[in-house]
Formats: sequence, C-alpha cells, structure tokens
Amino acid sequence: MNLKTKALKKSLWVYHMSGGSCNNCDIEILDCLTPKFDIERFGMVLVGSPRHADVLLCTGIVNKKCVERVKEVYKQTAKPCVVVAIGSCACSGGMFRDGYQMGGPLDTIIPVDVYIPGCPPKPEAMIAGIVKFLEKLK
Amino acid sequence: MSAIYIFLSFVMVFLSFSICGMLAMWMDRKVTARLQFRVGPPWYQNFADFIKLTGKETLIPEKANTFMFIAAPVLGLIATTIAGTIILLILKNQVSFSTDAILILYLLTIPSLSIILGGSASGNVLAAVGISREMKLLLGYELPFICTLVISAIKSGTTTSLGSIIQFQQQNGMILGSFSGVIGFIIGVLSLQGKLGLVPFDLAEAEGELAGGSLIEYSGILLGLFKLTKAILLIAGPLLLISLYLGGFSISSITGVITGILKYILILVLFILIKNTNPRLRIDQTLKLFWGWLTLLGFAGILLAIAGW
Repeated sequence: MNLKTKALKKSLWVYHMSGGSCNNCDIEILDCLTPKFDIERFGMVLVGSPRHADVLLCTGIVNKKCVERVKEVYKQTAKPCVVVAIGSCACSGGMFRDGYQMGGPLDTIIPVDVYIPGCPPKPEAMIAGIVKFLEKLK
Repeated sequence: MSAIYIFLSFVMVFLSFSICGMLAMWMDRKVTARLQFRVGPPWYQNFADFIKLTGKETLIPEKANTFMFIAAPVLGLIATTIAGTIILLILKNQVSFSTDAILILYLLTIPSLSIILGGSASGNVLAAVGISREMKLLLGYELPFICTLVISAIKSGTTTSLGSIIQFQQQNGMILGSFSGVIGFIIGVLSLQGKLGLVPFDLAEAEGELAGGSLIEYSGILLGLFKLTKAILLIAGPLLLISLYLGGFSISSITGVITGILKYILILVLFILIKNTNPRLRIDQTLKLFWGWLTLLGFAGILLAIAGW
C-alpha cells in the first residue's frame, strides 16, 4: 500500500448528496457527524463542495428528476472517490421499487462501493460499513 | 548575504513553517474538539490531508481561466513564504532595511488577493459571492492592521524597520507593557484572525451556505496549496505580531527559541479562544466592527502612543 492510499484512508472528506430521500437517512447522517460519535478522530470532515470530497454519501431512491443531478455530482467529484449508498432506498429501491418516479437504485446510475442498508441505518451501522470498506481498501 | 544564502533560507522557511503551521492547525482542531467534549484528530491529521490532496485528481472547470486558476494558489504560497523568510532573517541577524515592516504588510495581503484571483478565475457563482465577501473583509481588516503597525512604530521611536523595533524592545521592554501597546495588540490579534479566515470572520469560506465559498472549484493539489498557504500564514502572522509587540526572540540560542515558542503559543491560544467562543459575523457586522470600533480604538491607540503612554 503506498503513502497516498494510506493518507486517503486517514482523511476521508464527506459530501452529503440526497437523491430524493424521505430525509430520515439524512437526519441519521447528521447524527453521525455530531460530537457524540466524533468521526473527526478518524479524519472525516463534512465538506460543502463535491470538488473537495472523497466520499459521496448518497441517500434516497434517486427519482427521475435526480438522475441527471446525481450523475453530474459524480462527474464533478475529484477521483479517487468512494460512493456510499445509505439506506434501503439507495441500495435497492426498497418499498418504492415499483413506483412511477423510480429512477434508481443508485448502482444503476453510478458505481457504488459500499452499501449500508437500513431504514434508516443507525450511525453505528454507517461507521461499521465505512470501517469494513477501509479494511478492504488496497 | 549572498543570493544562495537567501534562497536556502527561503527553502528552509518553506519546509519548517509548513510543518509547524500544520502542527499549529492540528492544535487548533484538537483544542476545539476537546472543548466540544470530543477526542479530536490525531497529530498527523493535517499531513494526511495534504498528502491525500496531492494524490487526488485536479479538476479545472470549463468556464475557468486556466492560467489564473493555477497561478493564484502558487502566487499566494510564494508571497507568504517570502514574508516568513524576511521575518525570520530579521529575527536571526537583527539587521533590516528601513521600511521592511511595510513590505511585510504588503506581502501578507497577497494570500487574500490570491484567493480573490483564484475564486474569480473559477467562474462559479458561489465563488463570486465568496470573493466579494473576501474583498470586503480585506478592506475591513487592513486599516486596523495598519494602525497596529503605526502604534508599534511610534512607540519605538518612529521607525518602520522591524529590526529597530525589536532592538528597541530588547533595551526598553516589550511594547505590550504600555497602555497603547495593549490596544495595538488586541487590534492586531483580531485583524490577523480575519486575515487567517478563522471563525468569527470565516464568511468567505462559509461551508454552510456557500459550499466552500471562493475555494469551491478547487480540488487536488491546488486546494492543498491553499491549505499550505494558510498553514504558513498561521506561523508568519503571529511571528510579525511577536516582533511588533512581544519583543521578538533570538533563534540562535535554545532559551530564545523556547521563549519564542511560548510567545507563539500565547497568540495561538488567543486565536483558538476567540474562534471557539464566537459565532460567525455577517459581512455588515464585520465591517462595522473593523471600520467602526477597531479603527476608532486604533486611532485612540496612536494618540496615546504619541502622548507617550
């Protein structure tokens, strides 16, 4: 493993992107960023622009209006980046999979690296998912 | 002093200031975390951030002016390092030319100008809002910061040479000990806080509403250069304030270096305290503070200094 990958593992900057979710997963992501869980000790910081991001946290089913926007944000992100699908909707479509507004799930639009299911997933589950991914990252 | 000597000290300053600056930024993050009952990042956090940024892709937006977009962060970095080199050479050799404090003042505005140039070259709307704020902030804090310099210059016998100011303080005690010195020091700390973009005055990079503000389009190594500039500025700015008000320090003896570090930590702690106890000000409040209260305080300080207090 070279130095840059090691540094990437130690400093993941997170960009939060909602693809038409019910806001439940978004609230759990914000919970994950609170001082109680303190993910800054792993070097993770919330950033405002996809240009600065290493991790795209994507929530929601990605409805038809959001498809182009999700693709655009993925294009704007500086590579290498990690895409994390958060919540059952982003992973598989969940209960909305037959809905008329369904544009996703996320992995049919952009390549997804980590799936964290749950409706919504707990902050602990998100941290566990990212840690499992980091262990596999070479 | 030969050209090679100056170039070598430039490189030395670049390396040592960026390493020390990143450690100072880590101290800032760690203390902030402890104040919020968190654990905080490990000591190598800022180095990891920088190394990671060098490995990332550098995207240049279609609408951007490519030359200006790339040149702006380099310009800011070089200007900050030159300012740091001048301050350190003066501290080391105790010699300087007659108006070097004014030169350093000009060099220290270039990092802000480079953010303005880079932001306007990126062709982004949010960056445009960010640079308009940065510009107003620059106009705001420059006037009180000049007052800081003038107070120190008058107190040390009307000289704008940093070397003579330090020598004056070594013979007659710190300027901070006098009444006008305290006023000048307070104004200097607040202006530097604005120059560094720390929290009460971080409106140019407002993560919340401007998504990174003027730096929104920067990625990869160019963003890393901006972080490096901020790290070097975090050392060079306080060093200037130490030379102007806290009597400087000598870097040839161990006790001198230790007192220098202690003085630096005093100013850093002030920065962190102000940062963690204040919410962000709006742009109109910032201008009211800088052009209203602080400038008035600065003029009062100048009058006191002329009166000999």
